[in-house]
This record gives sequence, C-alpha cells and structure tokens, in this order.
Amino acid sequence: MKNKNRILTIISLVVLAVILYYTNKGVDSYKLRILNLCAIYTILGVSMNLINGFTGQFSLGHAGFMAVGAYTTSLLIMPADIKVENFFLKPIISPLANIHLPFLPALIAGGLLAAGAAFLIGYPVLRLKGDYLAIATLGFSEIIRIIFTNTQSITNGSLGLKSIPNYTNLWWSFGLAAFTIIIIVSLIRSSYGRAFKAIREDEIAAESMGINLFKHKMWSFVIGAFFAGVGGGLLASLIGAIDPLMFRFFLTYNILLIIVLGGLGSITGTVIASFIVTIATEGLRFLDESINIGEYTIQGIPGLRMVVFSVLLMIVIIFFRNGLMGKKEFSWASLRNPFSKASKMGGK
Amino acid sequence: MDILRTENVTMKFGGVTAVSNFNLKLQQGKITALIGPNGAGKTTAFNVLTGVYTPTIGKIYLKDADITGIRPDKITALGIARTFQNIRLFNDLSVLDNVLVGNHLHLKSNILDAALRLPKYNKEDKIIQDRSLELLNKVGLYDFKDEKASSLPYGMQRRLEIARALATDPGLLLLDEPAAGMNPKESYDLTSFILSIRDEYKLTIFMIEHHMQVVMDISDKIYVFDYGITIAEGTPNQIQNDKKVIEAYLGVEEDA
Amino acid sequence: MTLGLFMQNLANGISLGSLYALIAIGYTMVYGILRLINFAHGDIFMMATYFSFFGIMLFNIPWYISFTLAIILTGILGVAVETAAYRPLRDAPKISLLISSIGVSFLLENLSVLLFSGKPKAFPTPNVLTRMVTISGITIQVLSFIIPVVTFILLSLLLYLINNTKVGMAMRAVSKDHETARLMSVDVNKIISLTFGLGSMLAAIGGIMWGLKFPQINPIMGVIPGLKCFIAAVIGGIGNVKGAVIGGFILGVGEIMLVALLPGLTGYRDAFAFIMLIVILLLKPTGIMGEKITEKV
Repeated sequence: MKNKNRILTIISLVVLAVILYYTNKGVDSYKLRILNLCAIYTILGVSMNLINGFTGQFSLGHAGFMAVGAYTTSLLIMPADIKVENFFLKPIISPLANIHLPFLPALIAGGLLAAGAAFLIGYPVLRLKGDYLAIATLGFSEIIRIIFTNTQSITNGSLGLKSIPNYTNLWWSFGLAAFTIIIIVSLIRSSYGRAFKAIREDEIAAESMGINLFKHKMWSFVIGAFFAGVGGGLLASLIGAIDPLMFRFFLTYNILLIIVLGGLGSITGTVIASFIVTIATEGLRFLDESINIGEYTIQGIPGLRMVVFSVLLMIVIIFFRNGLMGKKEFSWASLRNPFSKASKMGGK
Repeated sequence: MDILRTENVTMKFGGVTAVSNFNLKLQQGKITALIGPNGAGKTTAFNVLTGVYTPTIGKIYLKDADITGIRPDKITALGIARTFQNIRLFNDLSVLDNVLVGNHLHLKSNILDAALRLPKYNKEDKIIQDRSLELLNKVGLYDFKDEKASSLPYGMQRRLEIARALATDPGLLLLDEPAAGMNPKESYDLTSFILSIRDEYKLTIFMIEHHMQVVMDISDKIYVFDYGITIAEGTPNQIQNDKKVIEAYLGVEEDA
Repeated sequence: MTLGLFMQNLANGISLGSLYALIAIGYTMVYGILRLINFAHGDIFMMATYFSFFGIMLFNIPWYISFTLAIILTGILGVAVETAAYRPLRDAPKISLLISSIGVSFLLENLSVLLFSGKPKAFPTPNVLTRMVTISGITIQVLSFIIPVVTFILLSLLLYLINNTKVGMAMRAVSKDHETARLMSVDVNKIISLTFGLGSMLAAIGGIMWGLKFPQINPIMGVIPGLKCFIAAVIGGIGNVKGAVIGGFILGVGEIMLVALLPGLTGYRDAFAFIMLIVILLLKPTGIMGEKITEKV
C-alpha cells in the first residue's frame, strides 16, 4: 500500500511539473504572479497550520519569522552594487556587503535563521498557553519588526530593500510548496505528528503518556518557523522589494485566515484555502476600482475590498468554524475508497 | 519487593492540605487500592506519584531511586503509567492513534528521521504499529481501531485509556476510578480484565475505586483516605471491619 | 536633565499612563468576564475619536455635547460588537473567539478606511482643554492635569460600582462562573453587555483625551495603543481592574522616561511594552495583582 501511494505521489509530481511547464509558457505575467503567490501562501499556511492547527499552539508570530527569512534571503542574493545603491543612508556592515549566494542556499539560510529565532523565542514563550501564547508571539513578532526598522546598517531600516533579484518563478514556488507539503505531511503522519496532535488534544494526558511537552512544542515551532522563513525569502524575491511595514500583524492575520478557512487540522484544506484566498484577494480588486457592465460603470470604492474580506472572514468564523475540511485530509486511500473509516479519519 | 514507596508525602495547596503524611508501599505484582470519601485527596495522591504535582513535603522512591519532583513524562518513561478519573483520551484521534501515541516515548529515531521516513524510522514505526494492534486485540478494541476515540461508548473509552497506558510499557499502572459509571456486569468484566492484564503484562497495579465490590474482590491491600489522612491500611478483610473506615463512610454509629 | 524637563516628562508619562489605564480597564474587564482578548478594543477607542471628530466638524455640535454623544455611541458600538461577533461563539473553542475578535478589529479598521479615508485627520482641540498653564515656572498643558484627574474619578466610580453595588457583584459573579451566576438569577447576557458597554465608554473617554493630546487621528491609530494597553492589563494581572491601572502607568511612565533618558532608543519606544510583556510573562505570568489559577487534573 505504501509503495502504491509513493508511486501515485511521484506521478502527481510529474503531472504537476508538466502543468507548470506549459503554464509558464502560456500564461501572462499577472496571472503568473498570482500563481506564485498562491504557492507561497501555501507554504506559509501549511507551516503555520503545523504549529497552530496540529500542535494546538496559538502562535501569532509568523510574520516575524517571515521577516527574518525575507531579509536574510534578500541580503544574500543581492549583488554588492545593488546593496550600495540601497544602503545610501548608512552603508551596510562589511561582512554582509560582499556576501553573495545562489538562491537555494540563500532560502535555506533564511529558513535556518528564522528557525533560530523561533528557538530563542520558544524558550520563554512556549510554556505559555492560549491567549498568553498568542500575545507573546505577537509581541515578539513586533519586536523583530521594530528591530529591523532600527538597524539601519543591516536591514536599511524603514527604507527597506529594493531591487531584490527576481528569482522566484513557478518552479521555485511550486517546487518548494510541494516539498513543504510532502515533508510536513510526512511529519504529521509519523509518530511525532501523532505526538503533536496529542498535545493539541490534551496536554496533560500527552505528558502522562511520556511526551516531553516542551521539546515537542519547540520542534513544531522551529520547523514551522523554518518554512515561514523560506516562504518569506520566496516572497521577497517575487515582489522585489521589502520593508518592515510589510511584516505587520496583518500578514500573520492573512495566513491565519487561510488556515482557519481551510480547516485548522487539515493540510489539504490549507492548500485549497491558500489558492482560494489569494485568487479572491486579487479577484475582489474590482470592488476598489470601477467596473464596466455594458453601458454602466459602477464606481468602486477604495477600501471596499478589505471590508468585504473582513465580513467574509467573520461569516466563516461564526458560521463555519471548522473551515472547509475540518480535520479531514486528502489521501490516495480516500480516492480509492471514499467511504472507508480510515480515509475519513485523515488517511494513513 | 516494594516497587514503589513514599515517605511522609504531604501535598498542600495554599492553606489546604490535600494529602497528609502518606506512606505508601506497593508490592511488586500485587493490586493495591486507595479508597475514601469524595474529596479525600486520592486523585491528588495520584498526581503527586505521577509528577503532576511536586509534594510539599516528602519523597517518592521507585525501586530505591528518588523520583520526587520529576516531570510526568519522565516518570512515565521510568515505567509508571496512569489513567484519569474523567477519562482524558485524545478525542479527535482514532482509537489506534491513541494507542500509537502511547508508544511514542520509546522511539529512538529523531524527528528528522521521521519526517524523511528513513529506514531507521520505518523499522521502528512498523514495530509500534504491530505492538499497538496487538494491544488493541488483547483489550478487544481491534474492530474499532479507526473510530474516533470520542465516539466510543463509555466503557470502551475506559478500556482504551487503559490500553493507551499499557502501550507505554509500564511496570506500575495507576488506575483512577476505572469502574466509574459501570453497572455490576461491566464492573465484573473490568475486574477480570484488570486481573488478566496484571498477569499478562506482569504489572503492579494501584487503583482508586469507589465500587467496593471491585475493591474487595481483587485488592491485595487497601489504603483508606479521609481528608487526606491515611486512616487505615490492610487487607480487604481488615478494612471491612475497621471502625474508623466505617465511620468515615457512614458516619458515627448512633447508640442503638 | 533639568528639573523643568523632568517634570514635563513626568507629566507626559502620567498622562500617557492614565490614557493607557483607561483603555486597559476595558480589556481587563472583558477578559475577566469572557476570558477573551478583545482585539477590537483598540479599534473601538479609534471609533470614538472619529465619532467626536464628525460631531464637531460635520454637525457643528459643541464639543461637550459631541464628546458625550461619542462616548454613548461608542458604548453602543461595544455592545453591538459583543452581540454580533462574540455571543454566537460563546460555546465555541477559544481560538474561534480570538479569531473573531481579530476579525472585528480588521473590519472596524477597514470600515474606517472606507468611510473616513485612510488619511489622518486633525482632531479638534477646544482651547479651554488644551491651553498651556504656568505653575512655578514650569509650563504644562492643562490637559496634563485633566487626564489624570478624570482617570482617577472614573476609576473610583468604577471600583465603587464593582465592589459596592449589586450590579458590580453580579459582574464579579459572572467573571467567576457563568453557570452558577445564572443559577443565582443573574442575567448573564445583560451583565456581559453592560461590561462591554462600560469598557467601551471608558475607552471612548480615553480616546477623546488621546485625540486632545495627540491631535491626529487615523483608522489604524488604535492598533499599537490597543496592543500596549492589553499588555498593560496583562502586566497588572488580567481580570483585575486595579492591576490594569497599575500596568497602564508602568507602561506609560516607563515609555516616556525611556525616551527621555535614552534618546538614542527612541525608535524602540514601542518595543518597551513588548519587552515588559515578555518579562512579566516569564517572572509572574498572572501579573502583578493576579492570582494563580490551577487546573484540576
């Protein structure tokens, strides 16, 4: 059974690769950008869901980890002359001025540094629960942002970084998204994943079954942060410019929205929701601008899009709080036998 | 041989003394019971033994090793497992998953091995799966292995909790009111069940119970708590005739 | 630092502390009664400033009436938020409530951007409230006296209400245990609405005084103060009104003094609150006046 699944997974990856190839060729750059964003938000959503949905730790610090990844990756892939251009107010500190890495190592470095930040933050914060954990992680995310705003010679402060090389394309974003999903699904289906879920269900019982709460929470936190950092790096290279204001709580909230919409305990849900939300955010843009229907021009109102968004979120939260998928997962087994108990429970 | 003993364990919460001068001796392979009126401090004693609370005064020894104040997960690793008064299953997980979690502490592979499904992890996982399925079979829950734990009827949930505790491979099993809410037939089945797992897994059992039939039938020794104080200890026969115990449960006898 | 400068900074610190205290009280009361962090509280504070602004600027109502109306409207807004966004989720898992409160917060902010435009507006500052006075050689805004005095009066009234009236007892009962309070024939929903109303009105007063002190309002002005005031409530012991006030003053005075004594760290002034939060969560998570809560196993 396991081998069959593995083959199916490989086949679907090949199919994905083919689709990506033709999409890259045939689709315009506006749509490509949206697709890239979908994939990046998938990475961000899945990594946040690992912490919040599967381990039950209410962390609101994702934007901070993304910032660490984004800045790290950007500074590593930027050639020296662009750095000089950027850091006109105060030159960048010397070891960073000349360092120049290819994209993948830069992304990994971003992820590792974000993971490192999570490790440091986790020590004081992971012993807290519920609301306190939420506010503490939010606080740390803001602290990171404030630090980045004030360290002119490392991050260029509030000026941000511009002209970041655009390496992100469908191959990178979807490729890394697929990698993230495979790793995290693999983790969740393993004994460690069960331990995470046990912690979510009942910490006290989990501890009594021999699970070291702190260590496991820390693992979940650090791994989630790693992928958040990678996502941040991809985002930076996609947009080409970053500044501390990008990483305010609003960013974390967007990802939170995605994972709640998709279902807190479901990777499948997160993937679907990332696509829906990202595309809808773009699709609803017309609300801000005017649209022409036949002879009539309906005047858009700036800001309406975000209001509609907020209202939609409220409706989902109040009436559909389990999101799209609840805790259900897609799995090859569920395709073959949609009514078996195993597939309903989350696949094997 | 005393597998576990406590020395003058006292547990205070602010001004309230929940457990007072508890001197417990658990003999290997025997079934010991802890009884007493509600609120007498029995579950608190359990919590102290399993590391959820650190005793205000006193020490706990597991085969001569001092385990006072050790974290609950470490205590489980040392071979003490428990169930809970109000059943604390992992509700949204399947029956099988609940038992699999109990096996987690024995895993030697690290998290990277697991995420990457390295052969080292796969081997261990297979062993865990087999062991868990076997355990489920033994307790009669195999057919329900994919059901959500919270969907099981009450009696089965209790059995699942015990199975989960057994998965941690304990030498000492603490059962907190295993027969709670059971009718006489269910209680009878439970007593046979406890005896069989004691023999099968070579366990020492310490249980809190209110069902006197269960207690008197299978206990080798009984401790009686009242307001945190041990008012009596002895064999079922001795306890049944102990005046203090009768008073604690039924009140002082009125002069006939 | 000269004495004059020090006094000015201290006055600023006390003013800021009072404002933080007023807003923190709203957080702490709602948390005490619902175990909910009302993320939208900071935005309610923002709405009060806009209500006042439009009262004076658009409808030309005299400031004292406009302010009063704004306070009442904000109270109603608070009650409306609770009824629409929190009451339906009363029995839902905590995370849903938290997300809902974040949702309301964003809704209010985006609605404000939509209705009032994102551009900052100048808050009207009636001269009688914001003129300068000179006392023994030190020039201070009269507002710097008004704020602490108003805060003190309101706090005293609130504490009297909570500790010496039947309604207050009902509030305390509900914050301990909804079910039992209901069995004692307390109308839990009404008490919760009352708590939200009161907390929002206090935030409104805080908002108006904030607008007077820092006369520039914009739709996201409530975000950072909101966060800081929640932190103030946590520092003081969440659920405890006196604690919220203490926390507010610690943050307010601390923030001003930090910038005054170490001007190089001005960019980090907002970080001060977050660092205080981490410190208190590590040392005494239940806060200065908080009590320990043990979970029954």
